[in-house]
Amino acid sequence: MTQPRPEVLQKLTPVLTKRWLSPDAWQIGVYERLDGYLALRKALDVHPDDLIQLIKDSGLRGRGGAGFPTGLKWGFIPQGDGKPHYLVINADEGEPGTCKDLPLMTYDPHSLVEGAIIASYAIRANRAFIYIRGEAVHAARRLRHAVQEAYAKGFLGKNILGSGFDLDLVVHSGAGAYICGEETALLDSLEGFRGQPRLRPPFPAIAGLYASPTVVNNVGTIASVPYIVLGGADWWKSMGTEKSAGPMIYSLSGRVVNPGQYECGLGITLRELIELAGGMQPGHELKFWTPGGSSTPILTAEHIDTPMDFEGVAAAGSILGTTAMQIFSDQDCPVYNTWRWLEFYHHESCGKCTPCREGNYWMVRTYRRILAGQGTVADLDTLQDTADNIFGRSFCGLGDGAATPVVSTLKWFRDDYLGYIEGRTAPRLSEKSLVGAH
Amino acid sequence: MTDVAKKTDQVTLTVDGIEVTAEKGELVIRVAERMGVAIPRFCDHPLLAPAGACRQCLVEVEGQRKPVASCTQTVAEGMVVKTQLSSPVAAKAQAGIMEMLLINHPLDCPTCDKGGECPLQNQAMSTGRAESRFKEEKREYQKPIHISSQVLLDRERCVLCQRCTRFSEEIAGDKFIDLMDRSSGEQINVYRDDFFGGDGTGDGEVGDGEGDVPFNSYFSGNTIQICPVGALTGEQYRFRARPFDLVSSPSACEHCASGCAQRTDHRRGKVLRRLAGDDPAVNEEWNCDKGRWGFRYATATDRITTPLVRDAKTGELREASWSEALYAAAEGLKAAISRGVGVLPGGRLTVEDAYAYAKFARTVLGTNDIDFRARPLRATGTPVSVTEEADFLAAAVAGVTEVTYEQVENAPSVVLAGLEPEEESPILFLRLRKGHVKKKLKVTAVSPYLSRGLEKLGAALVAAVPGDEAHVLSTDSAVAEALSAPGSLLIVGERLAEAPGGLSAAAALAARSGAKLAWVPRRAGDRGAVDAGCLPNLLPGGRPVTDAAARAALSLAWKAEPGVLHGTPGRDTDRIIAGAADGTLGALLVGGVDPADLADPKLAEEALDAVPFLVSLEIRQSAVTRRADVVLPIAPAVEKAGTYMDWEGRLRSFDAVLKSTAMTDGRVLEAIAALLDVTLNTGDVHAIRRELGSLPGNASPNRAASTVPSVAAARAAEPGEHEAVLATWHHLIDLGSLLDGDQVLAGTARPSVARLGKDLAESLGLADGDLVTVSTVRGSVTLPAAITDLPPRVVWLPTNSPGSTVRRSLGVTAGAVVKLTAGVPGSILAEGAL
Repeated sequence: MTQPRPEVLQKLTPVLTKRWLSPDAWQIGVYERLDGYLALRKALDVHPDDLIQLIKDSGLRGRGGAGFPTGLKWGFIPQGDGKPHYLVINADEGEPGTCKDLPLMTYDPHSLVEGAIIASYAIRANRAFIYIRGEAVHAARRLRHAVQEAYAKGFLGKNILGSGFDLDLVVHSGAGAYICGEETALLDSLEGFRGQPRLRPPFPAIAGLYASPTVVNNVGTIASVPYIVLGGADWWKSMGTEKSAGPMIYSLSGRVVNPGQYECGLGITLRELIELAGGMQPGHELKFWTPGGSSTPILTAEHIDTPMDFEGVAAAGSILGTTAMQIFSDQDCPVYNTWRWLEFYHHESCGKCTPCREGNYWMVRTYRRILAGQGTVADLDTLQDTADNIFGRSFCGLGDGAATPVVSTLKWFRDDYLGYIEGRTAPRLSEKSLVGAH
Repeated sequence: MTDVAKKTDQVTLTVDGIEVTAEKGELVIRVAERMGVAIPRFCDHPLLAPAGACRQCLVEVEGQRKPVASCTQTVAEGMVVKTQLSSPVAAKAQAGIMEMLLINHPLDCPTCDKGGECPLQNQAMSTGRAESRFKEEKREYQKPIHISSQVLLDRERCVLCQRCTRFSEEIAGDKFIDLMDRSSGEQINVYRDDFFGGDGTGDGEVGDGEGDVPFNSYFSGNTIQICPVGALTGEQYRFRARPFDLVSSPSACEHCASGCAQRTDHRRGKVLRRLAGDDPAVNEEWNCDKGRWGFRYATATDRITTPLVRDAKTGELREASWSEALYAAAEGLKAAISRGVGVLPGGRLTVEDAYAYAKFARTVLGTNDIDFRARPLRATGTPVSVTEEADFLAAAVAGVTEVTYEQVENAPSVVLAGLEPEEESPILFLRLRKGHVKKKLKVTAVSPYLSRGLEKLGAALVAAVPGDEAHVLSTDSAVAEALSAPGSLLIVGERLAEAPGGLSAAAALAARSGAKLAWVPRRAGDRGAVDAGCLPNLLPGGRPVTDAAARAALSLAWKAEPGVLHGTPGRDTDRIIAGAADGTLGALLVGGVDPADLADPKLAEEALDAVPFLVSLEIRQSAVTRRADVVLPIAPAVEKAGTYMDWEGRLRSFDAVLKSTAMTDGRVLEAIAALLDVTLNTGDVHAIRRELGSLPGNASPNRAASTVPSVAAARAAEPGEHEAVLATWHHLIDLGSLLDGDQVLAGTARPSVARLGKDLAESLGLADGDLVTVSTVRGSVTLPAAITDLPPRVVWLPTNSPGSTVRRSLGVTAGAVVKLTAGVPGSILAEGAL
């Protein structure tokens, strides 16, 4: 393992992660000693509209993958409409490779609770929900504990800190469906219905939860809010780039020495991140990687110096997504990996629309055949065409996410596919795995 | 010149380069359709909310990154749409979706019922590729599964468009079917334990699990009709025909007064299936399962095809020639005229046939003793001298066509009294529900309890003990309030006649509030029979028999001898039965009447036994034909032309679907009349229609001669210890004559239960499902108890369902006091033991 150079180490900007290594930071006493709930007091003293303006000024963009400007989203909520408003926090983190929200909620749950209170105050919601992935039992436990503590201290409930503002915060565990990370499916699930994406318009800002104006934000987005309130917009913008302001938690996994979360200003490069993570594992050479989870087109070693911000990654032909960087080496097979991802997407497709439901069924089976050494060259054209027929044709983004690794691995690593087809690569799956495979 | 200002609610867009104007909010797929551009689709249905699920209708919209689903995209000013006709992107997107829809589809078109009329098959031809690239194994399911006794589901054929689930939820309000599981295992199914703790495949028989709920919706057949593939099929039609072998004839439903347009599909003289017809003003595109599947009575084995006469020597009915039978009928009736002949034509007649009976009674038999009503006319115990309903029909119904389906849908508020729409007029129910769901129609129901049907209408209940309806209508402030907004409607059912003063109170309430009043009978021929003059107090056209000028005008038109038309109102059904039973009347002429439907079936059968001469015009063997002296077979609806008049007063004309030698009632009556030297001129529907059209106008002063009744509002009976007031109405699917013999349809009937409130359940020590016996001096009915939120001391029974034949077993009508005991009555057990 190589130590990162000092100039690279300096690129670390621990903001959201700053308490993670402090013992017991998940307890409210420790949290408060580490600046916790200061931002809340400050926020409750200003007009909600000023808070929305502050977030607009900070340039904060959504951390759930799409990077939509957060202040703008809050501003969409019609005020004075007489309807209840809701804040819904999307903590259904389930994208393969993504692991930034669960550690945050496990090690620093109060930062999310505090952010939720401030955000609810800003959009004038008296009820907020955290929809947390069902499998994240420990994080949910910590979060529920934090909510209880916040109630006990008067940060939640009626007349918070004498401000006259009321807020109830509910932690709701999902039932293990990736699709419920899609915001409208999440809302349906939260309302007790089958989790399937809704038709838009109307958008959640107009008719979201219980047909009322609703802001749906990612955990990282909301957890950023207290820091912006305390530090100000200019401080926030001192990190990252002009269009992608602030720090970002980069989750590195795969063939690096120290996988984990590295919080740096947006715009850092993979080369620097790998260095922070102690370099590639011995004997491994970078071959391909995902910039933001398995739904984002893979990039290759040649993109190692791409700035990891919204614009930089887009320019390289991919998406920043959730900055979940899965690092694969020359000892990994892009075909095999794509198949694994596809099995995930196929399993998690909600079934509502044809391309995602049927297309994934088809592609998964084609991959099984190729990996069992029974593929044909024509299969590659069919795969490419099927992926094209799914991408942009499905009801929500899940289908796009499934088609993406297919298209991008075919683009960069067609020869790896041909290896299985032409018999140069030993089959990874036995023919047995194809029997009754439906 | 005439520069019409562009309406602000319109936008201009281009579709395939052609400029088109559309209403704001209109869907792109609909605009294209109007232009003649057919965009393929599956989940889209104009009467259902957009889903965007199948993605088959993708088109390119300029400025949009991805193709958009034209079934969810609304138009916008300046929008540039390119369909598959002008956009390679759209064409490829559609072809891609079609390919994916077919990979798991079994392509079993040669054995599939839908083959030949299948949107998937058709659009696979227009949009699909010739050869599949799919080499993998297809998804398989156990097939088919019965999701009700009537509906079968072949899941592997399903394209998961959700039309069926959306119909059931949005239109019928019966969310019995839903999506289960996910991904490529997603399927339509009914709610089953299998999915919640079982092996989760949804296979096996529905009903294996305790929590299984079959698809027991009265409207389930519509899901089969709108299924764009062969996934949903009906037990009656499955594997019986190919669509291209069928002849389709427009028809009108004969089951109730809703007036549905239908399509009857037949092959070589046999009806294979019936479908809902498309009539936006009446049934839109829906019908009920009774209308769809209740057609087998016409081909039942006990159909009468040859006239029968009672042999003088043996006393048995024997087959006879038409001339012998007609002669016997004519002679027998002629001989009885001096004593009097009662005419009971029944409520299933076309307007034309009803007119024939009305004219026959007046001109041949010289009597006003005619009444189409084959049901209780008044509460048990009310004197027959009270003619409240007949007076009401004369004053407020005959010739009145004020309330329409459209008004129901758009009314701010509707009050229902004596009417359970889902059971008694299902299409009216659907329209009320549409108003409730889409247009904030408020429904208020004067009824003993909030039934599931009323719940689906979001109805507010004004609880009324049977017998108390008149009082409630007269005095209840919630009812008055509900009719205060302009455009409000008061809709009463035929059952309100069983509440003394009910119809009087309804008429008074309508007059007081300004609300329009509608009367909804249960049978298809009821309303037409009112207007055709099948009542003791009314001549055709709503002319009161007491109106000398009206009689004179009609006499002239009919070329009848002066004095043939009497000015005294005749006997109604109850009095005709009484007159036949006590020997006053010399003969009865009976149409489609089942004595079991009358207020007192026992008395009715005694009357039929006692009357010296009985002529029966029937389709099938019945309690009447078995007692008749002459039986004359007539045509069922499918074999004749005619017109039903629905509850609105709207005419629903139809032609004969099947060629047949069977004759209409009017033709048979004409033949009898001819033997008695009267030219009835009712042998041909066109002749009757011409005659009806040429009758002198019925000037409104004539109708003013009929005044609404003013019978005092009665109060409900006071039951004693272990007694209750009886509430009862028909289930839609019950033991009715037009349904018997059809086990498959009967399987979707609501179970027979005795509903009673907590008070009675506690005093009798009953829990849900325990047997309870309801009895009168006549007999008893024993059913499982269903504890329901009813007023104190009220028990509800289905009128004519398996195990619950209220009229025959109890001999009473709604409002009567009945006795309640827990369990099975000892006496019956003792009888059984003997």
